[in-house]
Amino acid sequence: MANADYETHEHDVVVIGAGGAGLRAAIEAAAQGVSVGLICKSLLGKAHTVMAEGGIAAALGNVWPEDTWQVHFRDTMRGGKMLNNWRMAQLHAQEAPERVLELERWGALFDRTKDGRILQRDFGGHRYARLAHVGDRTGLEMIRTLQYHGIHQGIDVYMECTIARLLKDGERVSGAVGYWRPHGKVVLFKAKAVVLATGGIGKAWKITSNSWEYTGDGHALALWAGADLIDMEFVQFHPTGMVWPPSVRGILVTEGVRGDGGMLKNNKGERFMFNYIPEFFKGETADNEDEADRWYDDKKSNRRTPDLLPRDEVARAINAEMKAGRGSPHGGVYLDIASRRPADYIRRRLPSMYHQFKELAGVDITKEPMEVGPTCHYVMGGVRVDADSTAATVPGLFAAGEVAGGMHGSNRLGGNSLSDLLVFGRRAGLHAALYAKDFGGPLTVDAGQVEAVAREVLEPFSRAGGENPYAIQADLQETMQSLVGLIRSERELTEALRKIETLKARAKRVRAEGARTYNPGWHTALDLRSLLAVAECCAMAALERKESRGGHTRDDHPYTDDQWGRVNVVLRLRDGALQLSREPLPEMPAELRALFQERK
Amino acid sequence: MPTFTLRVFRGDPTRGEFKDYRVEAEEGMVVLDVIHRLQATQATDLAVRWNCKAGKCGSCSAEIDGQPRLMCMTRMDLFAEGEPITVAPIRAFPLIRDLVTDVGFNFEKAKTIPPLRLKPPEPDGTYRMMQEDIDRIQEFHKCIECFLCQDVCHVIRDHEENKPAFAGPRFFIKLASLEMHPLDTRDRTAFGRTTAGVGLCNITKCCTEVCPEGIHITDNAIIPLKERVADSLDPIVWLLRKFRSQKTQPV
Ligand SMILES: Cc1cc2nc3c(=O)[nH]c(=O)nc-3n(C[C@H](O)[C@H](O)[C@H](O)COP(=O)(O)OP(=O)(O)OC[C@H]3O[C@@H](n4cnc5c(N)ncnc54)[C@H](O)[C@@H]3O)c2cc1C
Ligand code: SF4
Ligand code: SF4
Ligand code: FES
Repeated sequence: MANADYETHEHDVVVIGAGGAGLRAAIEAAAQGVSVGLICKSLLGKAHTVMAEGGIAAALGNVWPEDTWQVHFRDTMRGGKMLNNWRMAQLHAQEAPERVLELERWGALFDRTKDGRILQRDFGGHRYARLAHVGDRTGLEMIRTLQYHGIHQGIDVYMECTIARLLKDGERVSGAVGYWRPHGKVVLFKAKAVVLATGGIGKAWKITSNSWEYTGDGHALALWAGADLIDMEFVQFHPTGMVWPPSVRGILVTEGVRGDGGMLKNNKGERFMFNYIPEFFKGETADNEDEADRWYDDKKSNRRTPDLLPRDEVARAINAEMKAGRGSPHGGVYLDIASRRPADYIRRRLPSMYHQFKELAGVDITKEPMEVGPTCHYVMGGVRVDADSTAATVPGLFAAGEVAGGMHGSNRLGGNSLSDLLVFGRRAGLHAALYAKDFGGPLTVDAGQVEAVAREVLEPFSRAGGENPYAIQADLQETMQSLVGLIRSERELTEALRKIETLKARAKRVRAEGARTYNPGWHTALDLRSLLAVAECCAMAALERKESRGGHTRDDHPYTDDQWGRVNVVLRLRDGALQLSREPLPEMPAELRALFQERK
Repeated sequence: MPTFTLRVFRGDPTRGEFKDYRVEAEEGMVVLDVIHRLQATQATDLAVRWNCKAGKCGSCSAEIDGQPRLMCMTRMDLFAEGEPITVAPIRAFPLIRDLVTDVGFNFEKAKTIPPLRLKPPEPDGTYRMMQEDIDRIQEFHKCIECFLCQDVCHVIRDHEENKPAFAGPRFFIKLASLEMHPLDTRDRTAFGRTTAGVGLCNITKCCTEVCPEGIHITDNAIIPLKERVADSLDPIVWLLRKFRSQKTQPV
């Protein structure tokens, strides 16, 4: 083999990504007795999962015994406007409670009920208080628990290592090539099975809650390896990001603020959400302030406050208020918890929000309202997978967590991501390990492919006089923000695709300055490849879907259309060209369909 | 827009120096924003770690004007416009480049801590814990692993030779959180005394002072740990403690 030139590691299962999904996958694969490598771009424990705030959704029934997996399933499907892969939503609702309890057995300490069980909080779109949480730092608890459990399971961890391409042996995936961020050397991983757990794509937008890591690498790796992506038009704009000062614009304000009593108000002091209750949710939403206020204490005889409608609804409402000139001074709306809850309650329930506003904006949320506005937050679309096994459409490739598509349909409910990571992370680790065990024949990687990736990775250094990577990234973010944002139209999307073409051409000339040791300019130059690929997928899919649904709103097609409710938009790369098709959703069995007829 | 002089360490283990950069800062900006602006405009290869930009991930630790701090939680309006602001990498760990250090020491120490050993469940198969019994440990679980406490601790800051025998304040709170965990049954006192080197700490409280999460590292974790370690050498106290802790287990 000609690969002696590069540092080489071989594993039965290689997991790319060490957030909740990747860690859970690695733990499960190791438990199956196979050798596991876990790779991540940042240090261990710094993945996006660490930032999750509000909680993890699971029908434990600790606060409301009426809560069951069926109710959770129904909420999830309705939140996703019925476009979800029903089987994923079912497995998720059924298995989430056990996954949460398992975390507890591994040392996680969730906030407690009076009788010593896991406390659950209200969140948008969830019928009952369902989110297990630790104040507003649930993700931190989750990732630390998995991390400290994981380091004792014999998993080899490769941190600050970025995967640039997957390798194929014929049809199937045979490994991955990447580079070490600290010293910049190329590294090769041979693997019988690869699990993608790379998270999302939010760095393609300007106002975002996502970090530098969210450049859609896993989406692009899968696409380049021949796998299908689905639902790429559905991007969640979280209704409440910080808007001021400018440098923190986009940083998340957890939905837990509203779950715990926070109200949205415009500059006239009106609780405007009462004007934006869609037909679809009328039956279960309070239409007046008195009922909404009573609901916090008595959920049986009152309907829920419209402040807790699903995120797509709230984000659109805030946007409309701002457009109508009823926004706050810095271009947002108000989120007020101070006038409902006492200061010590707020500090106890939402300590990091208190801290974040105090330190970064000079606002005391126990006394004043916050200013908030929509921020790019989560991508519903992703790698098309088999619900039970998480297998992608390319043999040997699996995907779980935010990088996988289908589970959340057109809109994700808050708290359903953390549970998704655990449920499908575990399934991915299990099925990747089983696949690896069944794997027959030798594990071969093609030296030519490895060489090509190594060349591609080092190319930016050879382009003296090329473009600054940060400038291209900023222009892409500007393009996506203004043309592929919360509200879209054919004209704007066409314009976006044209601009992305130009940006792709510019990215081919991008340069890296300096040396290979820890060089963020070089890393950014390489990240542009995936960032541009996912941006293009998103714009293409958004142009194709001529209706409005969940995280995809078309100005020129403002209504939800049943025809479109039966298909996914699928993207795949064939002979170097992106192909797009509409493919039917898997059909929901009758007994599950019945759940949607029973109750209003 | 106010313009600041940022004096940033540039270099690798073989050579390095502080370089001055002039950067504009808008209202509300933090040091990390200004570093990013530098990266985008004047020094594309400036090495820095960050993720969340909201004090949640513990990636962006540095020494700003000599103080160990998170760059993303240090506002520019703390500084006067005329004075240069120095930004240096944390010193207790080997330099990789510019503001990035090799914090591998911490990941190695993490692996040595004996993990949770779970007690059997209640008869109904569940585990119950009372909020008041976990308040203290939840404080420890707030740790974002910024390693600023490790950076200031004088036991290792300028004493490479102590590193093998000293886990450092971050791992003392980890140890304490496991020791106090209502579901745990393992005794880590011998480990605390020998491998972790709790005895080397002389309670200067420097770690507590720099912790961005405000964890009372010394008072709430290290001192109780030291007491346990001392008690464990006294068989009667040890027995009493075991007896007491069994009785406080929820029924
Ligand atoms: C501020 C914030 C708050 C949130 N709050 C909640 C909440 O309360 N409840 C909830 O359910 N959800 C919440 N979410 C969403 C949820 O946190 C994320 O969707 C989820 O954590 C994603 O997990 P993951 O395991 O898929 O990926 P991540 O945790 O993002 O991990 C991705 C991993 O992949 C690695 N990676 C990426 N590309 C590469 C590459 N090329 N090579 C190697 N490694 C790579 C990264 O280094 C990282 O380790 C929140 C999100 C944010 C941003
Ligand atoms: S109190 Fe102990 S652990 Fe903390 S800095 Fe001082 S010597 Fe180090
Ligand atoms: S204890 Fe505090 S200072 Fe130390 S690593 Fe944790 S958060 Fe940082
Ligand atoms: S970037 Fe996360 S703590 Fe500063």
